[in-house]
Amino acid sequence: MVKNETSPDPKNRIWMFFASVKLTVVLLLTLAVTSIIGTVIPQNESPAAYVNAYGENLYRIFSVLNFFDMYRSWWFQLLIIFLTINVVVCSLERLPKTWKIVSVKVPPFNADRFRDDNSKVDFQSQRSVQTLRQAFEPFICKKFSYCRVEETDKGVLLFGEKGRWTRLGAYIVHMSIIFLLVGALIGSIYGFEGFVNIPEGQTVNQIRLRNSNEIYPLDFDIRCDRFSVSFYETGTPKEYRSALTILEEGKPVLQKDIIVNDPLSYKGINIFQSSYGSLPSESLTLSISSREAQSGFNFVKETKIGEPVELPGGNGSVVIQDYTNSAQFGGRSIGEAFIGVFTPKEGEPVQVILPLRFPNFDRMRQGEFIIAIQDYEKKFYTGLQVAYDPGVPVVYLGFIVMILGCFITFFISHQRICIEVIRAGNSSRVMVAGTANKNKLGMQQKIKRISEKLQGMSQVNSPTT
Amino acid sequence: MNSSGILSITTFVYATAAFLYIFSLVFKKDFPGKVATWVASVGLAGNISGFILRWIESYQMGIGRAPLSNLYESLVFFALTIALIYLVIEQKYRNRTMGAFAFPLAFLALAYASLSPNISDRIQPLVPALKSNWLIIHVVTCFIGYAAFTIAFGLSIMFILRQRAKTEGSILKRFPAPRVLDELTYQLIVLGFLFLSIGIISGAVWANSAWGRYWGWDPKETWSLITWFVYSTLIHARMMRGWHGKRIAWLSIVGFMAVMFTYFGVNLLPGLHSYGATG
Repeated sequence: MVKNETSPDPKNRIWMFFASVKLTVVLLLTLAVTSIIGTVIPQNESPAAYVNAYGENLYRIFSVLNFFDMYRSWWFQLLIIFLTINVVVCSLERLPKTWKIVSVKVPPFNADRFRDDNSKVDFQSQRSVQTLRQAFEPFICKKFSYCRVEETDKGVLLFGEKGRWTRLGAYIVHMSIIFLLVGALIGSIYGFEGFVNIPEGQTVNQIRLRNSNEIYPLDFDIRCDRFSVSFYETGTPKEYRSALTILEEGKPVLQKDIIVNDPLSYKGINIFQSSYGSLPSESLTLSISSREAQSGFNFVKETKIGEPVELPGGNGSVVIQDYTNSAQFGGRSIGEAFIGVFTPKEGEPVQVILPLRFPNFDRMRQGEFIIAIQDYEKKFYTGLQVAYDPGVPVVYLGFIVMILGCFITFFISHQRICIEVIRAGNSSRVMVAGTANKNKLGMQQKIKRISEKLQGMSQVNSPTT
Repeated sequence: MNSSGILSITTFVYATAAFLYIFSLVFKKDFPGKVATWVASVGLAGNISGFILRWIESYQMGIGRAPLSNLYESLVFFALTIALIYLVIEQKYRNRTMGAFAFPLAFLALAYASLSPNISDRIQPLVPALKSNWLIIHVVTCFIGYAAFTIAFGLSIMFILRQRAKTEGSILKRFPAPRVLDELTYQLIVLGFLFLSIGIISGAVWANSAWGRYWGWDPKETWSLITWFVYSTLIHARMMRGWHGKRIAWLSIVGFMAVMFTYFGVNLLPGLHSYGATG
């Protein structure tokens, strides 16, 4: 295939456009710069919050540009698609040439190029060419996976090389990127991600999807048997734990306690501990005492929300109507509280607020009786994240291939060495030179080390092997 | 003495080493440079002991975790990796002028940890989200990457200054040859790139095992990817377009800015990572 920048063939021009590394540089930098937007503008919040933060006009502009969900926007996805095509085309464009170099059976060596190398090392030896050859050959063949010896009219040439295959490293990295993108695509088409809150003791068989907020049915049931949260002495949370049971047609098939970082997996669907909360308590114990302490009136009664409690002696009745997570009093939040109504024997019914944090709160009402919560049933719900992503194995494969590919590309090089031994009367002259396709400084040092070793072998009193 | 004490002293040892490296460069004296290497090595030993002691202390407190989970601890480890990588390079390339540019960075990292009033050095137990074996792999690989990029940044500054050396007697002529600086910068960047990649990947695997999603465009994730984009631009420009010298040095400086923002700046934005957060 002949390719030419000015070729009129449109197919060819598109190909050349995508085969350009300039495009790679432009795309990578564009991705780097545009990605910043989504870290500065909070993503996927409500329109009201955005209008509040940016004003009507900016909101409209940002909205048109998809800045509020930018990583899923058409233009960001287009950049990624361009980068993918770029990676594929670049690799296909260059692979045949690399493959030709990598797949040679007999590696070609050009002794002159080594002789011209600036960093070659020369030394003299009192030994004959053949003795040196016998000493050097096994050494070089051990250090380099390929070696051969050529006789010349002046002496011998020893060649060695290794790591020719590492020239494929960059293609391996590019392949890993394809794996990642294919895995992500599989996940976005066939996977789902949602969340569900389950009160202790209850069972659910559907979740709410994160992105669309739609209900998604599961083909099994999840029951939350128990939820617990423990704290360190400092008050920071230590562990969130949900005891879950998976049920198929009402029969338990799997039981597991999940904590953060240790999910439950069933039929490829993973269930993660994500959040929790406390639930309106249904049953509680009320303690009602008289304002005059000496009267000794103290009445304790277990009740439920909405169930009136009659005070003995026809002194009226109390009914707890509601439970709230965040009660307000005088414009301030007083946390979790029960709210009810006390109807005295004579007079108008009054509202009573019974915050859990302040047991003596009702004393402030200055009423005839003081109502307090003596005990209540503490109930939690567990917040679970439910995810199914069949693309994960492909993505993980991409991860492994990428790490291997990067390691090969950056740290294993195609190294070649050439040792020339020339007769100089009774003694010999040795030249050691080497090249590498990367880390040239490292190769120079390696050549230095090798030549020192070889020099050691060339001493008359050294063993020949 | 506790680990914080050792690390505070180490901060001053690092300051001394950094000062001696700079003194040796500016006054063209070799002896202070040799002393600097010894002082730096002692500092590194102190840094490592402080790190290990803190680990032991956490077990004595009944918390028992690797010291890699908040800003203080990450800075201590960051300084440790910078000092370690620098000393290895110094041994390999036998040029102490690089110390004047690399070691002050190790000192700054540790000084920020030890001296900033906003950073608590208390050993706190782990919150549930961080209780995972991935924590060590993720943090260690990320910080080896950061440290390599940091030294590459120091060398890039050296390269840009070295280019301006005109007169023979200039102290800039004592720098390694531009060719060596350029190659060394690149070697550090590919080292950093490999470790940043492993860091991002281990983070993704961890996120998937903890929350069921390997990528969520959280600001820290996104900034690490931005950093990755910048350095992969650099690598492509060099490998395929033959960029060398000045342009690579400038890209390396831009990359380092991205690293710093990933590390510190992201805390100005909403997100999940606590390592950079003060407190």
